[in-house]
Amino acid sequence: MKLKRAPVAMIDRYTWYEVVAIYAGIALVMFFLLAPFIEGFLVSLKPLSLLFSSPYSFWPKNGSFDAYFTMWTSVPMMGRYIFNSLFISTIVTIGVLLVVVPAAYAFARFEFPFRGQLLGAFLAINMFSGAVLLIPLFRLMRSLGVLNTYFAMIVPGIAFLIPTAIWLLRAYLLRIPRELEEAAWVDGASRIYILRRVVLPLAMPGIVVAAIATFIGSYAQQFIYALTFNSKTEFMPLPIGLFAYFGRQEVVWNELMAASFVGILPALIIIIFLQRYLVAGLTAGAVKQ
Amino acid sequence: MTNSRSAQIFALLLLLPALLYVSVIVLYPLAETVKLSFTDAALKPSINWVGFANYHKIFANDFTAVILRTFVWTFFSVSCKMIIGIFAAVLLNAAVPGQTLFRILLMPPWVVPMAIGIFMWGWMYNGQFGMISGLLQNFGITSGPVAFLAYGSSAFWATIVTDVWIGIPIVTLYFLAAMQAIPKDLYEAAWADGAGRFYRFRRITLPMIVPTMITMSMLSLIFTFNSFDIIWILTRGGPSGETTTMIIDTYKTAIGSYKYGEGAARAVMICIFLSIFSFLYFKVVSKITAGGERT
Repeated sequence: MKLKRAPVAMIDRYTWYEVVAIYAGIALVMFFLLAPFIEGFLVSLKPLSLLFSSPYSFWPKNGSFDAYFTMWTSVPMMGRYIFNSLFISTIVTIGVLLVVVPAAYAFARFEFPFRGQLLGAFLAINMFSGAVLLIPLFRLMRSLGVLNTYFAMIVPGIAFLIPTAIWLLRAYLLRIPRELEEAAWVDGASRIYILRRVVLPLAMPGIVVAAIATFIGSYAQQFIYALTFNSKTEFMPLPIGLFAYFGRQEVVWNELMAASFVGILPALIIIIFLQRYLVAGLTAGAVKQ
Repeated sequence: MTNSRSAQIFALLLLLPALLYVSVIVLYPLAETVKLSFTDAALKPSINWVGFANYHKIFANDFTAVILRTFVWTFFSVSCKMIIGIFAAVLLNAAVPGQTLFRILLMPPWVVPMAIGIFMWGWMYNGQFGMISGLLQNFGITSGPVAFLAYGSSAFWATIVTDVWIGIPIVTLYFLAAMQAIPKDLYEAAWADGAGRFYRFRRITLPMIVPTMITMSMLSLIFTFNSFDIIWILTRGGPSGETTTMIIDTYKTAIGSYKYGEGAARAVMICIFLSIFSFLYFKVVSKITAGGERT
């Protein structure tokens, strides 16, 4: 993405007030985007007595990391919630990849009737997310007897992450030259063999991007299905576990915020290390070069 | 290799798992929702056909107001996302040191679990102890605490602000990608001709990102229309229904009060609106692509 150009081009030189304006603007946007995290973090450091004192004070006086230790006892299932979240996201990611890798390959390489319409139909799934399909899904899960299981949260999660993954992977596959596959074909390799031994290794970076995007999507969006299809505490993913805690009369805010930060950690780690690949992958299909 | 008869069969086999999956989890429920909307399905075991009774009922009640509220909510949220998104993309596209850092800092609202970001907003909006009310009092803008989520109109705007907050990262990223795809020589030519920075933005950047603006606002419209988590966590549609959008309304009817038939009718109305939006989206996108290929 970033081109290395030795001297700064004349056109990219800014006067001092332009630089000030740019940084001021960036600071404004960043403040809006990060304020909840800053505030949440400061709250997690404040002792509860200070938290509920007025007048409002922004900085934590005699702040400490106590909440990060006490929360494990006051939210006894905390570790379990985090495990559930990671577990559900992992299974969802594997499930999505299993159906999406062959489908994306079909869309990228083969010509068959209604290809465009089918791709459009897959992408259109995205618009029906959430509450619209909840009633029949709820009844379906109930008649299958799988309410209050991991299964009930994983299955709908997969369906709504398929479109984005197909889109990302198809865009990646389209950029891989066909010649290798054709050479293998001429040499008499079977289609399955070509897919496994030629396409999959070449497509690995694209598959990794799709997997990360799916994992993050699943981790970030665990709410409505888990809220509706599961009421057992031991299966709750982190957001729902904390939501139950959030809804109580006396919220121990510093511990809630501490717990939130622990829950955010996996997503932040992924982003810090992989943002470059993720951004390039996500936007590749969207913009014509 | 890729268009013979056997290739077509192979392609269909490759698609089969995805097709089957989506049929069971999306298509079947969709058809079922339409079917249920013409019945009196509820917790009781028997289901009777009732024709359009559910539709008559919801429109006789407050449903028109809910639709209107949903559109106002969505309109303001999408507009803010677009305006702030373009603004942020321009800033992040500027060749100043720290670009990479700012691009990383842009992402948290989008990648952290949505519910957790919303909990933090819940605290921010708290009247007694929250940051916004606290700062407003410290600067003497308001004399007493303001509990943003306790009053209809402020809760309405508060939920919009949180929705905008979650939407900005992805909108900005796409605008940024669109801006970086604009050929540099256009700017250099304009610069050589003495065009100022603002002029170049207005005459080069803006026209070049119009296709992205259109597709992003359509996509954002669909996602914002479906927004559930934010409102449910912050207000559950309250106070006194002031933040009840169509999605929340459907959820409350169907899952909250077990009126599956009536809930399904509300869900069908959402589907109709969404279908119109996505029909427009595909029309617009194919028009843009066709126009792009001609030039």
